[in-house]
Amino acid sequence: MALIETDHLEKRYEVGDSIVHALDKVSLQIHRGEFVAVMGHSGSGKSTFMNVIGCLDEPTAGTYRLDGIDVSSLSRDALAEIRNQKIGFVFQGFNLLARTTALENVEVPLLYNKDGSKNRRERALEALRTLGLEDRRHHHPNQLSGGQQQRVAIARALVNNAPLILADEPTGNLDTKTSIEIMDLFVRLNEEKKITIVLVTHEPDISTYSKRIIHFLDGKLVSDEANRR
Amino acid sequence: MMNMPSTVKISLRALRVNKMRSALTMLGIIIGVAAVITMLAVGRGASNKISEQIASVGSNLIIVLPGSTTASGIRLGSGATQNLTRSDAEAIKQECSAVATTAPILNGSAQIIYGNSNWPSIVFGTDENMLEVREWTLASGRNFYDQEIRSAAKICLLGQTVVDNLFGNDDPLHKTVRIKKVPFVVIGVLAPKGQSMLGQDQDDIVYVPVSSAQRNLFGRWFPGTVRSIMVKARSTEDLDRAEQQIKELLRQRHRIGPDQEDDFTVRNLTQMMQMAEQASRVMALLLAAIAGVSLLVGGIGIMNIMLVSVTERTREIGIRMAVGAKTWDIRLQFIIEAVILSLIGGLIGVLLGVLFAQLLSFFAGWTILISTYSILLSFGFSGLVGIFFGFYPAYKASLMNPIDALRHE
Repeated sequence: MALIETDHLEKRYEVGDSIVHALDKVSLQIHRGEFVAVMGHSGSGKSTFMNVIGCLDEPTAGTYRLDGIDVSSLSRDALAEIRNQKIGFVFQGFNLLARTTALENVEVPLLYNKDGSKNRRERALEALRTLGLEDRRHHHPNQLSGGQQQRVAIARALVNNAPLILADEPTGNLDTKTSIEIMDLFVRLNEEKKITIVLVTHEPDISTYSKRIIHFLDGKLVSDEANRR
Repeated sequence: MMNMPSTVKISLRALRVNKMRSALTMLGIIIGVAAVITMLAVGRGASNKISEQIASVGSNLIIVLPGSTTASGIRLGSGATQNLTRSDAEAIKQECSAVATTAPILNGSAQIIYGNSNWPSIVFGTDENMLEVREWTLASGRNFYDQEIRSAAKICLLGQTVVDNLFGNDDPLHKTVRIKKVPFVVIGVLAPKGQSMLGQDQDDIVYVPVSSAQRNLFGRWFPGTVRSIMVKARSTEDLDRAEQQIKELLRQRHRIGPDQEDDFTVRNLTQMMQMAEQASRVMALLLAAIAGVSLLVGGIGIMNIMLVSVTERTREIGIRMAVGAKTWDIRLQFIIEAVILSLIGGLIGVLLGVLFAQLLSFFAGWTILISTYSILLSFGFSGLVGIFFGFYPAYKASLMNPIDALRHE
């Protein structure tokens, strides 16, 4: 069974009199353990695709199954629970809570988890350790470099043992050297922990780290091919 | 739903980050609560003082005085005639169902002498019912006996002021004092009552049997006549009925025709004081209401700041939603923040209010009464203000679209 399965997924916006098809009948499957890069120009629909499969946005038509669950019919709170349990987000702007330590930032998903209160601190610390940030646990985001901040964000995505990581331009704010470090990290997580990674990027260099590259154009899925590293 | 301790921790941190703003927001609540506490303390103190004074005079009191008369075309003021008698007092007690008891009064001022000290006081000729009418107890000794009233015994009860001035530290019981040169044996001392509402010393008083007052002290009064009659009604509700019954009975007894004026006056002492008490209570309530308004304004201040805070922290809300915060997780976070603000403000307000009320009583000499009830009321109310005014901002936050919130700069 596929982890992500979309069938004729559509997302339409009404802008004045015209209708914009941000997603136009997108059907695809992503299996567990895959590393997919989603590419396209801005306005191609790749961000909308990310939002929909990240359960942050609802499709206008079509179905989307995440880990066998039909997500399109779920309530706001049920979607929040799915995001908490199944998805880890990594954003371009890191999106860490300011004035909050690295450790506490990693703990946040556990706050909204039913059994997250149990050894929350240890689990957060373990996630930070995996990313080599144990000694930075009491630092606030503004005391960390961009690469370190992004690694804290990745630790936060890992802490709930979600099977899927959605990364939206994770290297967009980083220099080349740090970008390579972060991409190597994703590759390691994908290979060692078998975590499914869906990565949105517009940089061809970054997409080469993935195993499969899909292209969006005007809301349509135009190419879907395996990538040999 | 997320767990409480961490929500409280998150809220506390958010408040700590904006210390100045939190403090200023709290100030509204602090002033409101302190005002409520102080106003209630002052208001309740005042009405309590009045009730105490009512109790010290004796509750449910009616006084019957002779009416005004006209002699050779000249109107004489009330109390000028001698037309009330001890049997009127007895009749009122026997026949008026709303009356509990009565006591006749035949009073005048006199110099009281004991040994080589002397003191001017008011001497009241009365009977054994007086203590019940005035709700007065004895500090020592005993009341008059019915027999002693009839036999015009030369005995007396002294008020505390008289005892202090004549006897100093000596025990006055069974000693003989001279009133207008007539020896009277002290059989009891009245418990101190303090000042009346008008500032009169109620303890500067001597009670003697009404018969001996007439016979030995105030001889110009006809035997059996009295200056006034004190009546105690059965209850506050019976006051009006008692007044009516007394009027009817006395008109009948004094043989007054249907279109003739009363030759006596009935005054309701308690009613006036109860009106004063009620007025002070209304005043206290009014003060508390005004203070309540300032609490309300403080609440609006909280709402204002919380709305700003929600807007400022849009991105934080987006992040929390993205990682799984549900509607009520977000709502609770902001409501708890508002409640913490208002409860801390309430606590400081309570302390300040108590302090301020104490200062008022210390420096201005006002009677204050701080009740647990008023503290709990204003503290609880400040908590409610937090929930009430925190809800709308929290509700607004919880309805945000996570995508828009995450993109917010």
